[in-house]
Amino acid sequence: MRLPRLRPRRPVGEGPDMGLMQLDVPEASGGYSHYGVLARFRTAKELYRACEAVRDAGYSKWDALTPFPVHGLEKAMGLKPSKLPFVVLATGLGGAGLGFGLQSWVHIMAYPLVISGKPLFTWPAFVPVTFELGVLGAALGAVLGMFAFNKLPTYHHPLFRSPNFARVTDDGLFIAIEAWDPKYDDQDTAEFLSGLGAAEVEHVPIEDPADDGDGAEGA
Amino acid sequence: MAQSQDNTHEPVAGRAPLIVGGYDFRSLTEAVAEPVERKTPIGWWLFFLPSLAMLGLFGVSIGWLFWEGTGIWGLNNPVNWGFAIVNFVFWVGIGHAGTLISAILFLFRQKWRTSINRAAEAMTIFAVMCALVFPGIHVGRVWVAYWMFPLPNQMDMWPNFRSPLIWDVFAVSIYGTVSLMFWYVGLIPDLATIRDRAKTRIKQIAYGVFALGWRGSHRNWLHYERAYLMLAGLATPLVLSVHSVVSMDFATAQLPGWHTTIFPPYFVAGAIFSGFAMVMTLMLICRVVFKMEDIITMRHLENMAKIMLLTGCMVGYAYGIEMFIAWYSGNPYEQFAFANRALGPYAWAYWIMVSCNVITPQLFWFKKMRNHIGWLFISSILINIGMWFERFVIVTSSLHRDFLPANWDYYQATFWDFASLIGSFGLFFTMFCLFARFLPLVATAEVKTVLPEADPHQGEELVRVVRGGGDAAAAPQAAPAGGGGA
Repeated sequence: MRLPRLRPRRPVGEGPDMGLMQLDVPEASGGYSHYGVLARFRTAKELYRACEAVRDAGYSKWDALTPFPVHGLEKAMGLKPSKLPFVVLATGLGGAGLGFGLQSWVHIMAYPLVISGKPLFTWPAFVPVTFELGVLGAALGAVLGMFAFNKLPTYHHPLFRSPNFARVTDDGLFIAIEAWDPKYDDQDTAEFLSGLGAAEVEHVPIEDPADDGDGAEGA
Repeated sequence: MAQSQDNTHEPVAGRAPLIVGGYDFRSLTEAVAEPVERKTPIGWWLFFLPSLAMLGLFGVSIGWLFWEGTGIWGLNNPVNWGFAIVNFVFWVGIGHAGTLISAILFLFRQKWRTSINRAAEAMTIFAVMCALVFPGIHVGRVWVAYWMFPLPNQMDMWPNFRSPLIWDVFAVSIYGTVSLMFWYVGLIPDLATIRDRAKTRIKQIAYGVFALGWRGSHRNWLHYERAYLMLAGLATPLVLSVHSVVSMDFATAQLPGWHTTIFPPYFVAGAIFSGFAMVMTLMLICRVVFKMEDIITMRHLENMAKIMLLTGCMVGYAYGIEMFIAWYSGNPYEQFAFANRALGPYAWAYWIMVSCNVITPQLFWFKKMRNHIGWLFISSILINIGMWFERFVIVTSSLHRDFLPANWDYYQATFWDFASLIGSFGLFFTMFCLFARFLPLVATAEVKTVLPEADPHQGEELVRVVRGGGDAAAAPQAAPAGGGGA
């Protein structure tokens, strides 16, 4: 397994890099020559085992990137379950409460109209709209909450600089370990990943390689 | 088609594959992305241009309606609700199968849904679009259509929230919104696939914007899958509520023929029945046009035929129970309404409905008929005709002879009634053609999860079974050869 030649570790330029604005990059503009190491695995089984190994090696700033959700991978990665259900519960109850409040307010205060001698506060008749607005609130919470948790849209990401990485939406199963992980080391981490059976290992540049003509990808 | 492997029989050991043709991840991506990326084939224009012409007819008929008023339709005094409401209920019903496939089958872990759920959800959205046009245009004074919504206005008036008609506004519009979100969330990973394969700058930007920068991170998949599950869980009660609310537009009226408690479940079953027929029609065309016989397999078609058989029997049961209750109630108006339905001036419509909806699906008891492409296509068309007539029968035959014989009249549809019906099909097929041309027809990321090699524990289930531990039942499908068999 031949590794690409690495560039000397040097600070990235002073100017703000728009691409990093939305990333969890500490001191985004200094200290790291790479985004990290990207390794491709051949099968879901190998990826699963590799994820277990990366987790057990104590890495924390890393990710698995796959074209489809590999079921159970969160266990191998040691991820906690999503907190999204709490968001959905809150927005769902909010929507339902808003719906019930709107109807009650309309029929008791805004436009009190006696129909067939029925009372103004006819709560059973308010159930369908309350339910529908509850569902709408919950669904909006699920989608927008998912976007928020996932920081979508994030149109710019250093991983997209790797030409190999286009396979992530096709058949590529990847692990990326980020350079700001405390356990990260340019050479050791790459060797660790190739030792886990990766088909390709590469260092992903943090800034556009076209800018300085010093591309570091390809293995 | 001839070389397609038969996956409609369960092997002795393991499970029959959900898709055939020996696909791996890459060739599956190719197969789904190819129709989006290739030059527009002539066959597509053959479907698109007639649809567009029908859509034009829709525009003309709506324009003439706005100019002239609802008098251009065949409405008369007892029959104040004609084709507009029939078409509305028909299209809302069509949409229901999409949600059933995408949400309810997802909750039931029916993995075969993955090949057809994208197209079925798209169908839902387009059907709801068609449905929403009709309440908007049938009000007569279209410039006050906004009265349907609870908006503050200069009259200080608010809608009556005790009326099923306003429940309907909320139910159908929220159903459309949630379906759209569900569909879009499912599309994101596949849009990213098309983005990453795009050759031109315009395509990269167009697909890239909607792909939101998706990069398949598992930390994202975790929230994504949870959101998908929650949406499925929300869409399931929602879809059941929608057609129940639609049925209450009728059931809360005092009119014999409408005033029945069976309506909500009966409408939901009918909606799923007609929707599956429409999915069947579309899938039979798409799998041939886009050469996807190995992804949308005979097994998918057979499963859909089974659901059509089930819901067809439920609908037939409802027809029978309606008749029984009319007799058993001892109410002469109720008895007359149903005798008039089967034997009166609209008997022709009633018997078209019964023969299409009750008799047609009975042939699906035979495996041979469930696997017969020609019959599947014919029956899906017949069922759609029958289900349209069901709504026609419910609306028209109940209205045209109410309590007082002096009020009776016969509703005769005019050219413009038919123009708006045909036009709504134009809108539906135009949208579907555009979808099939520009978006991935199959949920690639989801189909990949049902390929045997997507399972990180592939080949391990035998070990777990032998050890007697673990959840052998939950083990994903293994390839037939690789499966159990002690």
